[in-house]
Amino acid sequence: MTASQKARKARNLPLHLVLIVVGAVMAVPLLYAALSGFKTTDELSRNPVGLPESWVTSNYTGILGSGDFWRLIGNSTLIAVGTTVLAVAVSALSAFSFARFAFRGREMLFTLFTMGLMFPFAVAALPLFLLLRSLDLLDNPLGVILPQAAFGLPMTIIILRGFFRQIPGELEEAATLDGCTPFGFFWRVLLPMARPALGTVSVLAVVTSWNNFFLPLLVFTDAQWWTLPIGVQQFQGQYSAEYAKVFAYLVLAMVPALAFYSVAERQLVGGLTAGATKG
Amino acid sequence: MTSTFLPDKRTGPGAVLPPPAEGRAPSRARRRALNWLTAVGFQLPALVLFIGLVLLPMLFALYAAFFRWGGFGMPSDYVGGENFTRLFQDAVFLGDLWRCLVLVVLSLAVQLPFALAMAVLLNQRMRGRAVYRMLFFAPYVLSEAITGILFGMIFAPDDGFADQILGKVGLEGLGGQWFAEPSTVMATLFLVMTWKYFGFHMMLYLAGLQAVPRELTEAALIDGAGPWQRFCSVTLPLLAPTLRISVFLSVIGAIQLFDLVWVTTAGGPDHHSETMAVTMFQYGFKRYQVGYASAISVVMFGISLVFALAYQRFVLRRDLEGATTTMRGDGK
Repeated sequence: MTASQKARKARNLPLHLVLIVVGAVMAVPLLYAALSGFKTTDELSRNPVGLPESWVTSNYTGILGSGDFWRLIGNSTLIAVGTTVLAVAVSALSAFSFARFAFRGREMLFTLFTMGLMFPFAVAALPLFLLLRSLDLLDNPLGVILPQAAFGLPMTIIILRGFFRQIPGELEEAATLDGCTPFGFFWRVLLPMARPALGTVSVLAVVTSWNNFFLPLLVFTDAQWWTLPIGVQQFQGQYSAEYAKVFAYLVLAMVPALAFYSVAERQLVGGLTAGATKG
Repeated sequence: MTSTFLPDKRTGPGAVLPPPAEGRAPSRARRRALNWLTAVGFQLPALVLFIGLVLLPMLFALYAAFFRWGGFGMPSDYVGGENFTRLFQDAVFLGDLWRCLVLVVLSLAVQLPFALAMAVLLNQRMRGRAVYRMLFFAPYVLSEAITGILFGMIFAPDDGFADQILGKVGLEGLGGQWFAEPSTVMATLFLVMTWKYFGFHMMLYLAGLQAVPRELTEAALIDGAGPWQRFCSVTLPLLAPTLRISVFLSVIGAIQLFDLVWVTTAGGPDHHSETMAVTMFQYGFKRYQVGYASAISVVMFGISLVFALAYQRFVLRRDLEGATTTMRGDGK
């Protein structure tokens, strides 16, 4: 090690300390929840901070063994997949038209969609609920899927349009000369080429849907359709005195999102930064 | 999002333009019509979804806000602007506006600078930076509701985990009632928001920092600029577009805050953490004053819209000018 490297190490020491402290603040709540799940509620009140005296697994296994938890996972998955497929398919068609056609009213239409970025969901929640009620879509997964897809359109269209524009026009000319219809070009040439962008917007849509709380809270009164965040809230209400159980439930409810994040980190971060910086 | 609200005059490179006219005007017109129909055909599914589930509900809220209405049947008891005048005399709603402003100011003054500092730190080559990045961003992918429940338990009054830890490090006096006390509830809420969201802003800044050309900071170094000076006069100005987007997202987030508040305090104690969305929910879904709740929706939308347009007009606009001027002359 040279002297300058040593000097840099020494100078970096305070920076490392800062990072370690911040890292601890970020990690400790999650670790605390995970450890608390291995205690009994009795032990948790006696020994809140330390490691479990005897690692109790019944909190976790009890939840994993119950059908309720898996039904929540199943519902959340169904709704996330439905939302993503619908939002991405519809947005891809629209983005294709925005990126590759020159037509009257294009800019006005695009501005209309981008205005959607300014409609926070909470603003439309009440009228949306009334609409869904009149369409008899309460306690129906479509009552969550359709609005989520609709509110996901602006961001998805903007990201996909940007990507579709980068594909050279010569490709389309060649495809047209070979007798390809616009839809044929879209389906057989553009979509396969756009796989990375489709991956990015899909990951964003899945995470947004998975974490949505407000809309499922309004739409599902029947426990049969509850999604994970609603289920966690209900569980906490029901077992509010049994802290250890609730912690175990919280941890298990976080696992799918964190696992998904570890697999799709690149798409997620790429999509968020692209969505925020391009457009 | 920089340019999304601005009209875009560019024509797609592969725009399907009608082939050169062969002299016969009707055929050309027909081709153009066909092209238009194809283009709009691709837009139809998105339009139907967007108009049906985003625009129409909003317009209906605007209509319902002028009625006294319990939410069943069609609104018929027209009351003019009464809901709105009542809204601006409602202490809870005025408090909502104030608390929204407090959260925005706290975010801009504390959360975003902190995120920026972490981004600058992690933009250096150092051991473990990938792990730190991943860890700091991780809470962003968690559901706000689940995060809220977790922290509601960690910040349990008097003997929750947070108090235990503070006790261990000799800071007993700092803790206490957290979410349960009017004077500390907003600070606690902000703490949780920062835990959950600073990593997101940090990631935006990191993306922005990577785009700062190394030559510029090196040139400043050669010219004898210190680290602080380099940061203020080279990095920060180049990061400005990213900062403006991050501020925008932060404000929009504060306007619509619901999940976190709902699961931790439901607006309490005694309305001291209530937000506009929570008030709207209370009136619309618990008390069946749907007309009044619609008025809250409309005001929330109005605030978002005015903010977005003003920001677009006065702040984001400069990004475009900045982009062209820096290209030409800022390296001088």
